[in-house]
Amino acid sequence: MVVKVQSEDFNVGTELSALTAGNTAIGGMTSFVGLVRDLGGEDALKAMTLEHYPGMTEKMLREIEAEANDRWPLEASLIVHRFGRLEPGDQIVLVATASAHRQAAFDSCAFLIDWLKTKAPFWKLEDTREEGARWVEAKAADDRAAERWERRDKDAVE
Amino acid sequence: MRILYFAWLRQKTGIDSEEVEMPSHIADVAGLIEWLKERNENFAEALTDFESIRVAVNQEFAEPDAPVAQGDEVAIFPPMTGG
Repeated sequence: MVVKVQSEDFNVGTELSALTAGNTAIGGMTSFVGLVRDLGGEDALKAMTLEHYPGMTEKMLREIEAEANDRWPLEASLIVHRFGRLEPGDQIVLVATASAHRQAAFDSCAFLIDWLKTKAPFWKLEDTREEGARWVEAKAADDRAAERWERRDKDAVE
Repeated sequence: MRILYFAWLRQKTGIDSEEVEMPSHIADVAGLIEWLKERNENFAEALTDFESIRVAVNQEFAEPDAPVAQGDEVAIFPPMTGG
């Protein structure tokens, strides 16, 4: 289990190679990379600044990753999340999970990014061309995405 | 007690972190928030809607009825938008 919170960019290839190096029990790896999106129009984006809560951020990411390792038979897992000023097209986050079989890798990777979005203390401040700086509001869709894993958890308990 | 403010709560209160002496009658998160709201208009406005803020006590998410004590680190922030 690896958690990195950093301002500098990351190299996906390097990170993924390091994650699986030396472990031949891994049969599949799933990764997700989040990027700074700019849809243009009224919401055209100049930049985005990610603020976080140093200390709690790392703690929550480790807890989320530990939860994924409890739920699925993972051989390796990784979360890299950036903070600071980013521009459209920049990488924000990398999540990767590796397991003997693909389904555990697919499901646990989706779980990690869904839970991270609603449980890790990060906040996005957008610098838009039309309206200037504004804080991104939490989305109900993100809550629903996280909740589907809560239900699965309850089902498993019952 | 150390209190941290993040994102728009930091901007609205004008404070990123502070040390406060919490009155001894305050026992939980809700009580602490009510006490902070009495400080000035900026705090009252920022903390009006409990639904729109999140609180962590010693880096664990805390509900309004969660206990708080003088030595705690309390953080107040909006719902998270990372990832």
